[in-house]
Amino acid sequence: MATLISATRSRAVKNSLAKWLITLGGISVLFTLVLIFLYLLYVVMPIFESAKIEPAVNISIDLPANDKVLATGVDELQELVYQITDTGTIHFYHLTASAEQASNQFLVGDKALSRSLFASDGFNQEQLVSVVNSFSANKLLHTRSGKTLLIQPGFHALYANDTREIIAQVNYPLGQKSLKIDEQQAKLPQLAFALDDEKIVFVAFTEDKRLIKTSFIADDEFGSNSAGDDIDYEIIYQQIDLPTAIVNSGVDEIKVTPDLSLAFVRTGSTVWVYSLKEHDEVRLKATITPILSSEDTYLTSMALLSGSSSVLLGDSSGHVSQWFEVATESGRQFKQIRSFNANDDSQKQTSKAITAIYTERFRKSFYTMTASGWVNVFYTTSSAHLWQGQLASSQPAAFTIAPRANGLIIIGNDPLDANKQNLQTFSVHNEHPEVTWQALWQEVWYEGYPEPDYIWQSSSGSDDFEAKFSLVPISFGTIKAAFYAMLFAVPVALSAAIYTAYFMTPNLRKKVKPTIEMMEALPTVILGFLAGLWLAPLMEEYLPAIFMLFILLPLATLLTAFSWHKLPNKVKDKLPETLAPILLIPVIILTTYVAFSLSPWLEAMLFNGDMRQYLTNDLGINFDQRNALVVGIAMGFAVIPTIYTMAEDAIFSVPGHLTNGSLALGATQWQTLVGVVLLTASPGIFSAVMMGLGRAVGETMIVLMATGNTPILDWSIFQGMRTLAANIAVEMPEAEVGSSHYRILFLAAFVLFIFTFIFNTAAEFVRQRLREKYSSM
Amino acid sequence: MNKWFKSGAPWIWLSAAGVSISLISVLGLLWLIASRGLSYFWPSQLYQFDVLDKNGVKSVVIGEIYDREEIPVSQLAHLNLVLPPEQEVLERLLIKTGNRELVSLDFRWLLSHYIQKTETPKDLVVVERRTNGNFYGYIDSVVVDGKVVDSNQLTTLLARVENFQQQIDDLQKSDIGAINYQLERLRLKTRKYQLQNKLTASVQAEIDSEVVSLNQRYAKLEQELMGYREEISRDHLVMRAMDGQLVPINLEYILKVTFNNKLNFFEKLSTFFSQIGSFIIEDPREANTEGGVFPAIFGTVLMVLLMTVIVSPLGVIAAIYLHEYAGKNAFTSFLRIAVINLAGVPSIVYGVFGLGFFVYMVGGSLDQLFYSENLPSPTFGTPGVLWSSLTLAILTLPVVIVSTEEGLSRIPSEMRYGSLALGATKAETLWRIILPIASPAIMTGIILAIARAAGEVAPLMLVGVVKMAPNLPLDGNFPFLHLDRKFMHLGFHIYDVGFQSPNVEAARPLVFATALLLVSIIVALNMTAVSIRNRLREKYKMLEH
Repeated sequence: MATLISATRSRAVKNSLAKWLITLGGISVLFTLVLIFLYLLYVVMPIFESAKIEPAVNISIDLPANDKVLATGVDELQELVYQITDTGTIHFYHLTASAEQASNQFLVGDKALSRSLFASDGFNQEQLVSVVNSFSANKLLHTRSGKTLLIQPGFHALYANDTREIIAQVNYPLGQKSLKIDEQQAKLPQLAFALDDEKIVFVAFTEDKRLIKTSFIADDEFGSNSAGDDIDYEIIYQQIDLPTAIVNSGVDEIKVTPDLSLAFVRTGSTVWVYSLKEHDEVRLKATITPILSSEDTYLTSMALLSGSSSVLLGDSSGHVSQWFEVATESGRQFKQIRSFNANDDSQKQTSKAITAIYTERFRKSFYTMTASGWVNVFYTTSSAHLWQGQLASSQPAAFTIAPRANGLIIIGNDPLDANKQNLQTFSVHNEHPEVTWQALWQEVWYEGYPEPDYIWQSSSGSDDFEAKFSLVPISFGTIKAAFYAMLFAVPVALSAAIYTAYFMTPNLRKKVKPTIEMMEALPTVILGFLAGLWLAPLMEEYLPAIFMLFILLPLATLLTAFSWHKLPNKVKDKLPETLAPILLIPVIILTTYVAFSLSPWLEAMLFNGDMRQYLTNDLGINFDQRNALVVGIAMGFAVIPTIYTMAEDAIFSVPGHLTNGSLALGATQWQTLVGVVLLTASPGIFSAVMMGLGRAVGETMIVLMATGNTPILDWSIFQGMRTLAANIAVEMPEAEVGSSHYRILFLAAFVLFIFTFIFNTAAEFVRQRLREKYSSM
Repeated sequence: MNKWFKSGAPWIWLSAAGVSISLISVLGLLWLIASRGLSYFWPSQLYQFDVLDKNGVKSVVIGEIYDREEIPVSQLAHLNLVLPPEQEVLERLLIKTGNRELVSLDFRWLLSHYIQKTETPKDLVVVERRTNGNFYGYIDSVVVDGKVVDSNQLTTLLARVENFQQQIDDLQKSDIGAINYQLERLRLKTRKYQLQNKLTASVQAEIDSEVVSLNQRYAKLEQELMGYREEISRDHLVMRAMDGQLVPINLEYILKVTFNNKLNFFEKLSTFFSQIGSFIIEDPREANTEGGVFPAIFGTVLMVLLMTVIVSPLGVIAAIYLHEYAGKNAFTSFLRIAVINLAGVPSIVYGVFGLGFFVYMVGGSLDQLFYSENLPSPTFGTPGVLWSSLTLAILTLPVVIVSTEEGLSRIPSEMRYGSLALGATKAETLWRIILPIASPAIMTGIILAIARAAGEVAPLMLVGVVKMAPNLPLDGNFPFLHLDRKFMHLGFHIYDVGFQSPNVEAARPLVFATALLLVSIIVALNMTAVSIRNRLREKYKMLEH
């Protein structure tokens, strides 16, 4: 008895255990779907987050009373920060390490280790008046007496005992002696420079009101010299002809693009653009006079955007405008592309004027600063206003953006003690400024393009390339591919389904249905490969035949039908109408053969021997070998079985008494079909088409192989397209994990997921309703 | 006529045309793949053309006819051909001439107008080689160790080389491969001890001595290998090419020498089958454009098997839940919609999910936890066969669920009630009665899932498939099954060779052959599934009476 009870108990335990396990397994299906949805969302979300700026390290700086900080900088990993004061001293601070770790000659603990930048004798007791920054690490020091020195504060990592240490050093790319930038050695109140491996170009406005351009051309390469030795170079001095306006009012700011091609000279509210490319002459290329919001508004600052194409102009009303050269009918012109409003409506700002604009080194982000220390962060291309807030109490003495754009260094007055200077670092979380909803779905005006456009171009060979992520062309491509596929598949699949379900004899149906459904099992890679390597060249060669077939096939069918109708009854008995699909097979094959053999003849008659050339040359239609027509047919074949099976099921399961009733009332077979059967089955047919559409939208391999994968916006049937799915397949393996590109590809997958989710859910919903309806009939 | 139109008959015929078109396209597609694929294996006739070109230069072209096309004479006006006026088209032949070391292109177009004489000489041979593709020409002489011998000996000499080649392959793949694998493991072991700060002098010494002994064995094997290499490259064959040039080909590089024109039908048939055989069991050569597809078959099968192991229990359990346990409520219809959606989500989305979730998130965490000695090079944090089979398991889950549920729904409820009435618990009824009866349906579902997975390419491109895998995921080195390795796949092979290879034209027949292989596997699987299902339906019908 006891064993029986325990056996019963263990059976009961097993039973409930099985129940739990199976329930868990069942729910796991739902869990999987939710997991996919949430994971995709989790990867996508960060691109829509706005920027965050948070204070990190604060170092109080002990400086002699009259010393002024002129510049600052930081290494890539934000471990070492430096500042340069007007005495020509560089101070390094350690941001992370403890005192024990810092052992190199520059650093002890978190205290600054300082040294004078003036290594040669010529700089005794000099005072710096300005430090000129460039897009690279190089900085130009200019002293009160007009001496100039090029320095390069650098960092390199040292690995010892498995720990990394950042070592600071200062290089003198052109040696430690003063550079003779002006032939007459005048002082240079305004100075700008840019350099590459072979050349350095300085543009300066001298104290005696000359605008000069000086080029240093290296015999070898500038980059190769880091030891501080003197290097051989040739100097070319040029004087730039000045409009009198400049001479009178003076120059406020000068910028030279990093590719050494343009100089922007701002005087008051006008910017003069000089071309530096020509060897013998510096040519005035254009003048930029922005239209300012009111009469008493004036320009206050200017900056170059990364990539050297755009210039940013900030004005006294707190607006920044972006300008770049655009090809117009009357040649290339500087145009205002967009403007940014740095004013905060909610807060009463004490000063609106933009005192400085700081740009990132590699991206198109920029920071604006006002005299009250109010900072705005924008991204130009996406027109995104990323952040705003108070980062300092007044215009800081020095401001720099960390090389990876993930931090800021601000040196300014200590808010607690006005006599003290304060070095404050901030961590910046701004990984995906270029992606906004607008940038993904609306026209964007990219640098160098004549007008705003939808462009998908995720990578390129060059470094200063700006990725262009518009989902419009690839979404369009998806819709286009699906549209042409459905155009081909829906008529064929539905007519086949109607015939199979309603007119076919059961015996034939038993053979035909599995055969057509077999097509669903064919791997799409095979359909795609046949489309790309067999169908596409074939269609290119016999283009007229393809178009003829669209007319000839129905005609031939009708002709066969009519001749069957006219046949004597004796023959009709032997070849009943129910065999129509079989009878039509030879007819269709024959028609196809005729169309193909007529094709060269037709081409010779109508299209001068080559339809393709005729299209391109005479009609001006671009023709790709792998085009929408090929995709339409190939993907049509992939979709036909999906639509066919479901539509056939829906029509076949229309209750027989409905059709019998209709036929009994005297309706013909066809009238019954149209008036009763199709009407009843229409939700099922709709859901079949929806399922087919879902499949066409998500199909990857066929589109990948049968189109040229060019992301263009063109409905032309003779051109290719790129779809969301194919785009993922092409670009995902190359996308860097966590980059905007990676996340946007996830977004594409998410869009596909949602698309098909809607189609499938709608289709399934309709189908369930239909099933209930049928069962109630 | 009008009456006829009103009767609706034309429309019926038009809808019948839909059926016909679908049928023609299915069967035509299969026929196209089959004919193109099979002709790849059939030994083709070798031709010798005497050509007199438009400059009056005579030459000889030897090769296989690869393609023919007719072009209108009007397009050839620039050649100033002297033709009879009634002739409107000219035939143009695409000849595969091989001999890559002599001419840069494998193929050339030849206008039939220029051909003076076409012959099929009996002693023309095609030499299949390991590198540089085929060579077409005549055998001039066979040189053994510097001395010319009778060319009848060629077969024995080739067998000898083949023998050595086999030994070299064995040495390289199993013995030397194993040593390299062990050396790598020792390196990782050292690194692991280092990371854990457990690398004592004794451990280090032990590892070092193992390394030394392995290196010694390696040196010995390498010497053996060198010996074989010397032996294998002893002899060579001198071929006379179409321009009369004599070309020596070392036997080491020769796979097969065939006198295609001497073969009778049965010999051709046997060559045909041996070609099919070697296509299936050999490794690919020349950037996948020649040779066999064995690694791709192996990779596909292994991945699909792994997937089956994962998907079958999950799918069956979910189906049982849906049909036997779930109540008729909103949650169940939710679940059904989830199943339908899992079936409808584009396969590439699964690929993206698999890459992000399995590879980077799960795989990356596994690496951090268990394979830190390998970092920064990833072990499981990179696409591989495990992640591929997991991804495809999710993708094929609905196939198994739908098929199993259909099987369950066909089991008459009397059987359940009978079992329950006799005192069995629900679990026992399931295990003893329902599942055995439903097993053919489960089988059908699994076979359909396998067929689906075998043909799926898009997600695999993201989660583990490569064009050329140096090692199979299953080999003689512990732990034998390397789930982290990348693998080759038939479907991806088609895409890669057909679209990414440098010489698409030359590779096309191979792509058709691969496509044929894949289609046959999938069609066979599907037909099996369908026939099981049909037999099952008959059986259930009997049960109901």
